[in-house]
Amino acid sequence: MTRTMSVTALSRITWRAPALTAVLCLASLTVAAQGTDGTRVSALSTLVVWIPFILKGFLLNLIMSILAMAIATVAGVILGFMQISPSVILRVPAKLFTQLFRNSPWLVILFAIMLLLPFQVTLPGGDKILIPDWVKATVGFALPVMANIAEILRGAVLSIPSGQWESAESLAFSRRQTLRYIILPQCIRRMLPPWMNWYALLMLMTPMAAILGVNEALGNTQAAMEAAGSHPEFLIPFYLFLMTIFFVFIYPISIYTRRLERRFSAGS
Amino acid sequence: MQPASTWTPDQPIVALRDVHKSFGSFEVLKGIDLEVMKGEVICIIGPSGSGKSTLVRTINGLTPVTSGSVTVEGQEVHDAKLDKLALRRKVGIVFQQYNLFPHRTVLDNIMMAPLLVLREKRDDVEERARALLAKVKLIDKEDAYPAELSGGQQQRVAIARSLCMRPDVMLFDEVTAALDPETVKEVLVTIKELASDGMTCVLVTHEMGFAREISDRVYFTDHGRIVESGPPDAIFECPQDPRTREFLSKVL
Repeated sequence: MTRTMSVTALSRITWRAPALTAVLCLASLTVAAQGTDGTRVSALSTLVVWIPFILKGFLLNLIMSILAMAIATVAGVILGFMQISPSVILRVPAKLFTQLFRNSPWLVILFAIMLLLPFQVTLPGGDKILIPDWVKATVGFALPVMANIAEILRGAVLSIPSGQWESAESLAFSRRQTLRYIILPQCIRRMLPPWMNWYALLMLMTPMAAILGVNEALGNTQAAMEAAGSHPEFLIPFYLFLMTIFFVFIYPISIYTRRLERRFSAGS
Repeated sequence: MQPASTWTPDQPIVALRDVHKSFGSFEVLKGIDLEVMKGEVICIIGPSGSGKSTLVRTINGLTPVTSGSVTVEGQEVHDAKLDKLALRRKVGIVFQQYNLFPHRTVLDNIMMAPLLVLREKRDDVEERARALLAKVKLIDKEDAYPAELSGGQQQRVAIARSLCMRPDVMLFDEVTAALDPETVKEVLVTIKELASDGMTCVLVTHEMGFAREISDRVYFTDHGRIVESGPPDAIFECPQDPRTREFLSKVL
């Protein structure tokens, strides 16, 4: 197979995820294997040797993204509720906090968290626990996503017609019960597509942790290339492989998100 | 804790005294006096924007008043110390837009408040909900979602939902205004049956024929005041005030 062939194949394939993924993988192999001299062929075989190491790093990206999303969702929902609270003492700080993290560069937040969080905590018993860098990075990723989830929740609650509040109020529901049984269940449907979108974005941002020395996929890829001798021929196959594994994971999520969005907009 | 009530059934169950309500600088209610006895059915008629909806909403505290007094069974509705939830158990309201909960089935819509607010036993509530569904002739729709029902059916579910809280007074705020003409009748029949069962009803309506047929007293409101009130025949046959005459000549 030649490079021209794989390029035309790429242009023909438009949106089908599995086909596109296959092409990307093939493209990475093609680039690595096309040369006739020994170094280029060995770039591919070097990659094959290091794949488990890179995948191990990718596992950390997965863990960080899932943990960060869990933190962001819980904290974001709390923050979102605080923003719509009738109490000024809850509402105003929540608004400020949300806007601060929504409008700051992720990398700046990440650096700030890495440097501000202690590297170890002392338990009441006197034992010391080290906080690994990847945990700090997880907190750093969670904060901007938390702020955006808070906004999504606030928007969803405000989009529920006032008649729902009025009828719940007239049926003697308390504000808390109204939120829990009437408003929130109707919000979840509206929140799901943007929530999934933010997860995809978050996952794509996790390699930023490499800058701070976390051994995730990008860090491991660079370490692998270095360990194998830092030949420039490594760059394309290694980075293509890295992009491909992220693509294979994220693309189905974005397709599913779009499908949900379409279904919900048709349903309402 | 509820303040001790000295109310007895021979006193008005709902009483409004000199009720004023302003939204900003705009005064919607300019001194409303109105009394409803237990078992009475009253209709409030009048031109759009005359404050009718605001008036009924002050009765269950949904709209706070600017001044004056609203009592239900002798208890001041707009007393900051009053347990609003206790009041709302006594006063049911049905809205123009039905406002059913779209994510729950018909039966759930009816059962939610008694289960969650009154914390009654599920079996009791379910039995009562089914009886109410039979009463509004929707027994075969208990598993349907609101979006699958016509406007008239949704409105009858809304009535059943309100009744399941066993209120002493029912408020109807232009409940047929958003309905297709062919489904108006089924809702009016439901309300009529309710009234003949002895339920105290306060209705805001544009259905003049219905108001005349069903009510014990009719109140005509204009520009935030009650212009004229009396038995339906008197109001519709020989209105005293020129504004009532003008309004009726337009709508009848």
